[in-house]
Amino acid sequence: MTALALTAVLSITEDLYAKIVAHARADHPDEACGVLAGPAGSDRPYRFVPMENAERSPTFYRFDATEQLRVWREMDDNDEEPIVIYHSHTATEAYPSRTDISYASEPNAHYVLVSTREDDTTEFRSYRILDGEVEEEPVVVME
Amino acid sequence: MAIEVRIPTILRTYTDGAKQVDGTGSTLGEVFADLESRHAGLSARLIEAGALRRFVNVYLNDEDVRFLSGLDTAVKDGDTVTVLPAVAGG
Repeated sequence: MTALALTAVLSITEDLYAKIVAHARADHPDEACGVLAGPAGSDRPYRFVPMENAERSPTFYRFDATEQLRVWREMDDNDEEPIVIYHSHTATEAYPSRTDISYASEPNAHYVLVSTREDDTTEFRSYRILDGEVEEEPVVVME
Repeated sequence: MAIEVRIPTILRTYTDGAKQVDGTGSTLGEVFADLESRHAGLSARLIEAGALRRFVNVYLNDEDVRFLSGLDTAVKDGDTVTVLPAVAGG
């Protein structure tokens, strides 16, 4: 009898994947950021919620606080939660920086990092960040 | 005098998992001190050197208290205080 190993994975539709990449490209060279909302407890993202980067910076992002309240309340009203929190790196790899790790505050979210440092390709990777620890997970893109 | 305080997921370890707790006080600072008396360690996640931590957003009803008076913001019975950690990084 083999033990079934439950591996963390991000399952995402092609459509949502493409929307995140397009957002990152559109905002380059500033970092882009946003959320994929999904039904609470489902681990299934289905609603694309691009957010304004209140820092408008090529090296830092922050959700506008008032917009964040509106979006978090909306998710609460819809019985949703932030399944994915994404942002882009515009000159470095798609790996969480020290700052990304120290500010990660949604324990159940998948943290997606996208890199737009190359013109012809966009790196897209996903991580769980808990208590200062980063664990990369595979990204499974579905129809 | 009850003020409803909404607690984000990451801070629910201080409230035994409760997403909402009630506090009393006439200012935000007093309410947080009141919560601290029942949920030890919570206020250190919200306040540093006597002021609201930079990457924690606190709202009184619909307004970010940074645009009001921070910890000195007056609160009244029936108000809702919402805490959301900032989503940020680099």
